[in-house]
Amino acid sequence: MTHTVSVTRKTLRRLSLTMAASALALAAVAPAQAAENGKFRLGIVTFLSGGAAGPFGVPSANAAKVVIDQLNAGALPAPYATKGINGAEIEMVLIDENGGATKQVEEFRNLVQRQKVDAVVGYISSGDCLAVSPVAEELGAMTVFYDCGTSRLFVENKAPKFVFRTGLDAAVDNIGAARYLAATRPNTTRYAGVQQNYSWGQDSWADFTAAMKQTLPKADAVESQMPKLFQGQYGAEISAVSVKRPEIVHSSLWGGDMEAFVLQASARGLLDDATAILTCGESALERYQGQAPNGTIVGARGPFGAFAPQNALNTWFTGVYQNAYQMAPTYPASKMAQAILGLKHAAEKAAKAPGEVPAPAAIAAAFKGANFESVSGTVQMSRADGHQALQGISYGEYHFDAKTKKAELKNVKSFSGSCVTPPDGTEAQDWIKAGFPGAKCE
Amino acid sequence: MMRLDRTELCLIAAAVVLAAGGLIAPGWLVFLLTMAFAKALVVQGVVMQMRAGLVSFGQGLFYCVGGYAVGMGGHFFGLTDLAVLLSAGVLAAMLLAMVLGLLLTRYRDIFFAMLSLAFSMILFGVLVKSPQLGSTDGFNVVSWTLFGWSPGKDAAPTTLLAVTLAASLAVALLLYRYVQAGVGVLCEAVRENEVRVEYLGLSPRWLLYSNYVAAAAVSALGGGLTALAAGHIDPEMAYWTTSGEFVFIALLGGTGHVAAPFLAALVFAVVRTYAIEFVPHSWQMILGFTLLGVIVFLPKGLWSLFSRAKAKGAAAS
Repeated sequence: MTHTVSVTRKTLRRLSLTMAASALALAAVAPAQAAENGKFRLGIVTFLSGGAAGPFGVPSANAAKVVIDQLNAGALPAPYATKGINGAEIEMVLIDENGGATKQVEEFRNLVQRQKVDAVVGYISSGDCLAVSPVAEELGAMTVFYDCGTSRLFVENKAPKFVFRTGLDAAVDNIGAARYLAATRPNTTRYAGVQQNYSWGQDSWADFTAAMKQTLPKADAVESQMPKLFQGQYGAEISAVSVKRPEIVHSSLWGGDMEAFVLQASARGLLDDATAILTCGESALERYQGQAPNGTIVGARGPFGAFAPQNALNTWFTGVYQNAYQMAPTYPASKMAQAILGLKHAAEKAAKAPGEVPAPAAIAAAFKGANFESVSGTVQMSRADGHQALQGISYGEYHFDAKTKKAELKNVKSFSGSCVTPPDGTEAQDWIKAGFPGAKCE
Repeated sequence: MMRLDRTELCLIAAAVVLAAGGLIAPGWLVFLLTMAFAKALVVQGVVMQMRAGLVSFGQGLFYCVGGYAVGMGGHFFGLTDLAVLLSAGVLAAMLLAMVLGLLLTRYRDIFFAMLSLAFSMILFGVLVKSPQLGSTDGFNVVSWTLFGWSPGKDAAPTTLLAVTLAASLAVALLLYRYVQAGVGVLCEAVRENEVRVEYLGLSPRWLLYSNYVAAAAVSALGGGLTALAAGHIDPEMAYWTTSGEFVFIALLGGTGHVAAPFLAALVFAVVRTYAIEFVPHSWQMILGFTLLGVIVFLPKGLWSLFSRAKAKGAAAS
């Protein structure tokens, strides 16, 4: 008996030793799969686990899958009818964004140097974007940020070459929200805010209050609550806001937090008297099912999701996404599609012969300042020296029809990009405080 | 002239081989090695305390202090010299540990674990509440110089790997001697029977105190090197899951040898990066199973694979 045990132990020990050794050996040998197979290797990085996975990461990854499948099948409407990217089949390498910026820097290097991807599209977290951006420049790796909203991206990366952002600056959301309130509720005098206590929430509130001082100078911020990220229970915050009797409750909460807040705030009567304006509200449009009060103002961080305009690309995208996942695409999905289409546009413009995969520098040169068609209309890469997309933003009221069980948006107002975006070289806060100099609004 | 024994020569040889390997290794592997060794230094801090019977679930505190000292030194004080930045981190961590140690060394077991965790979460909370430090987004670390020499972007990763290996080697040699010296042996005695140590006329509390401060210094060095390599710092460094990762690696390696944390950090980095590549949706599960496997089959950590002869002798007796 003891003999058997010791033999098993020995075997196991040897086995695990071999496994550990081979794992290390694998690490040293594996980098060989260079992208010399004529395919376009595309790294996709988004949250596949953690709190941001459900509302943002998974819809984005799903969108990437369906868009890449369709591109490889050559099934897109013009001007994207060529197969894959410039005729080269796209090979997707999917990576989880969870785990913090330090780890993302490591995984980004692995993507570029080990997996030899031709471009990387991804990143929701602003911290990850800030950390990855200098590494992308250092490695000369073509990188498109599709969602992260930090205003500091192109302030820290002053002379971008390989880094692009097809999503909008977060300041746009809050300037847009203040403009929407000024246009639809000019008599507002009292507003309050509920934000998550981290960079996103803090920046959102700072931008929103500064913008409100300009657009509705008579309105006062009567209360600001900063519950922690993923808190889920907002009883205390809702009570604190309720007693101040605001007319408007601004919130940059997202995902499950936002849905929980809306549910609890409407159950406690806060939203009977006050109207919520939710900068990320659109991502739950299909999920409220009437639990958000009618009239709640929602945004989609740009002309995405339900705010996307009617065009051939959007009809195609909504169709294939709905077919694959039995639901309409929300804004993170649209933004992912936009980033991939932008990259395809630039790569094809840069390519000299069909089937060729252009070098990162060539793609970057073609991407700079490009105008491309997207699911959200025409995108102009006209800010941050041609590296940042300029687009407008829309807000609208959520209305749920109990009979048809369909949600729709009413009173939608859109603001053009130059109306809500700070000019190059100006920090958002300075631009807002100076009274939006140079803004062109229709 | 200091005489070196076989283990020390082996450690030196390993460091030299790795540094030489760094010259021919692909860029991603150089980075992975740098990060693994920098993290291993933090794990050394955890292991030092484990040997004295204390599990720190808050070693991220000193990791973060080391990292932020590097980041803030560059950003706010215009310091770029690598040695100065790292020393600043170590010094700051030691000062902090000297204060916190007064309280923490009164506690043992789960109370020590929870209190150490609490302090690192306080730092996390303070950083999140500081927009001038970038709140949760953190900020980028300025590029460093070495005694006035500024490596280009091509030479920087390999140079940093060499620096990290040199620091790891120095710490490993020091710790190797420390473990064998009176104070190191006494740490184990404190773990086994604290009362008896007191009867010997020694103060377990001051032993643990000096051990705690030394562990903080080693961990801060790891944090500083991580910040220099990654080029970015954020409050996540002080978050409890980061500290948990260090305990994970410590358990993976075991406390059997001063080289165990380095080996474990390397295996951890390799397993994680390939798990992320091959199973992007459930890589955490692979890590979990790895730890489970080690706990079940190698309760003394990965290092017990190398001390088989000893284990055999123990089984016979």
